[in-house]
Amino acid sequence: MITFSKQQLKIPRLQRPVYLVTAGQSKFDRAFPDKRTEELCIDAFTMAAKLLDISPAELKRSIHTCYYGHFADHFGDQLLGESVIHDRLGLDPLGNVGVKTGGATGGSTIWEAMKAVASGYSDCVLAMGWERMDEVPTDEGNFLISCAADKDWESPLGHIYTGYYAVMAQRYWQIFGKSEESFRRTLAEISVKHHGYARFNPFAHAPMKITVDDVLKSPVIAYPLRALDCCLMSVGAACTILCDEDTAFKLTKNTKNKPLRIWVAAGSHSLRPADRQHMEIPLLPHETADQYKDLGERFPGGDRYPGFTGFLAARMAAYYGYGMTGITNPLEDLDVVELHDAFTISDVQTYEDVGLRPYGYGRDYVESGDCYHTNPHTGKPGKLPSNLSGGLIGCMHSVGATGIMQTFEIATHIWNRWEEFHGDEKIWKDFNREKPSDWTNLQVVGAKRGMAISHAGVGSHVTSTILMDPDHLIKKDA
Amino acid sequence: MSMFGQVFVKNNQYKLKGNFHHLTPNTPIRNADDGWKLLGVTNPRDMTYMHSYGGEAIFFESLSQGKLLATRCDGQGCDSQGIIYQPFRIHCPDCLGKNTVIDMTDNAKKTAKIHTFMVCERSGAFNLLNKPIKFINIEFAGVATILMSYLSIGEPSFGMRVVPIFKTSGPTFTILDLSWVPEGTKVEQLPEGFSF
Repeated sequence: MITFSKQQLKIPRLQRPVYLVTAGQSKFDRAFPDKRTEELCIDAFTMAAKLLDISPAELKRSIHTCYYGHFADHFGDQLLGESVIHDRLGLDPLGNVGVKTGGATGGSTIWEAMKAVASGYSDCVLAMGWERMDEVPTDEGNFLISCAADKDWESPLGHIYTGYYAVMAQRYWQIFGKSEESFRRTLAEISVKHHGYARFNPFAHAPMKITVDDVLKSPVIAYPLRALDCCLMSVGAACTILCDEDTAFKLTKNTKNKPLRIWVAAGSHSLRPADRQHMEIPLLPHETADQYKDLGERFPGGDRYPGFTGFLAARMAAYYGYGMTGITNPLEDLDVVELHDAFTISDVQTYEDVGLRPYGYGRDYVESGDCYHTNPHTGKPGKLPSNLSGGLIGCMHSVGATGIMQTFEIATHIWNRWEEFHGDEKIWKDFNREKPSDWTNLQVVGAKRGMAISHAGVGSHVTSTILMDPDHLIKKDA
Repeated sequence: MSMFGQVFVKNNQYKLKGNFHHLTPNTPIRNADDGWKLLGVTNPRDMTYMHSYGGEAIFFESLSQGKLLATRCDGQGCDSQGIIYQPFRIHCPDCLGKNTVIDMTDNAKKTAKIHTFMVCERSGAFNLLNKPIKFINIEFAGVATILMSYLSIGEPSFGMRVVPIFKTSGPTFTILDLSWVPEGTKVEQLPEGFSF
């Protein structure tokens, strides 16, 4: 039984406020045979500078330290890739460090960058992430990803990560989905939604207009998960710039980018789900122990926590993040979220871990229409739209960049600049992509607060990145 | 004639025999849509790693002898005292003391049942199992954790009673030497090289 000491449950406190001032990203795709990684990183950095109406050279003059997220050296076949990118960005001799936490690498990179500013070590920090996943055939790519499981106990069992999530899907479907076919269709609906939103995102790798039946007829990878339940294997880069208050307001003066307050928190759990012992559910501010005391009666088998149905790391990242920012109910306090939909099932699990629905009821977040930009049942705005970028299923999973792409997306909503970066004909043309005739503006009107969840392995590392308009904080002294 | 790389240890040093890598030339990657201009190059490589099981070596050796070992924390005063770990953990995650190795073969034969499962139609490169792979996660009486493995015979279902089988003939000395079959399976039905 895992228990926590009072010290371990302490809510983190930053020494000074940290602001996100800009962000940028490259095009995302399955392969870039004509571009080196550094070219993609420079594309992302140049975009970040452009959002501040300054040149890359001017932006660089403010930067003091750099954090680089790059999950897999073996994919790019380049150790110290961080040093290559740092040099090509012309940022020597500034201090830099590489960050590697699997799928959560992007979120963890921002986590480290935030701490550098919050501590006073630096006033302006670059957080840049990328992944080069096109240098090996897809089956070898799946092998390399499976190396993120335990190499002696798990990886030899098929060398395919989807399998490790499929056992979770099967268990969740039996217990909380009550083995209902309708639950399987709800999972498929997530894929339809995310591939569909990707159609309105010129950066996205896999835009698709598909139906639930298309998902259910797609090839089985690891039953019950099918090809269209799975995230993409992408190439691309993304970056963001974090600053202290003085630098933030100086850099954004006379620009459309309002400095946004940023907090990042993190949690972890065992790499092997096999090792997860039963424990009490750690509670979020809007939950009570009473609401879970009969969970096993309502959902037989559901009383083993986190078991194969929840992610303790995500729950802890939310616990710390909500404590830092004063969020008491994410569904009410947030306006937009980007969740780590590595698989349709993990998206549903995460709804519960971060408190969008109580444990056992994640499917309702989709079925109610709350997760949509426009609720399909009411025609009104969704209560808390998720993954309007298309997420990992529709937009990209260029691993080291993913958490940063999500943060970029949240920022564009709060800046009220989403339409500008997703609807601009020039971006579509530059990326050699066709803007759909039914392109829809997914700007969340009036968005002031948002959150991105970055997640690794089968829940080994999770970060929650929370952005807020500084004039709309929940806790004034946060 | 080339020989697979083989390793043994003497005087605490790795001793290598055979070929550990094979040379293959680079070849150009050209753009068929643009006058076959050069875009890049292949970098073939074939390597053999030398991996130590360390304190888990006894677990993998025992599979080839038809035994399923686990560990238990016997640390006095440790909150996890008495907890049995499968997967085998060398040290207790609480007190970090060295766990006691126990033989849980009989427990597995009597109490193992499927906690969850999936059927995998595809695999990554270098997979050695026949497809579809039936992943199963197995719970045992008195064990705090849930082991991941694979079912060699039959179709998995929740709560299904299974028993361990071991590759005692021609073992690979990997986790693939442990598999499971439905309770009641006859010895003559077992895959080649496996026994109860």
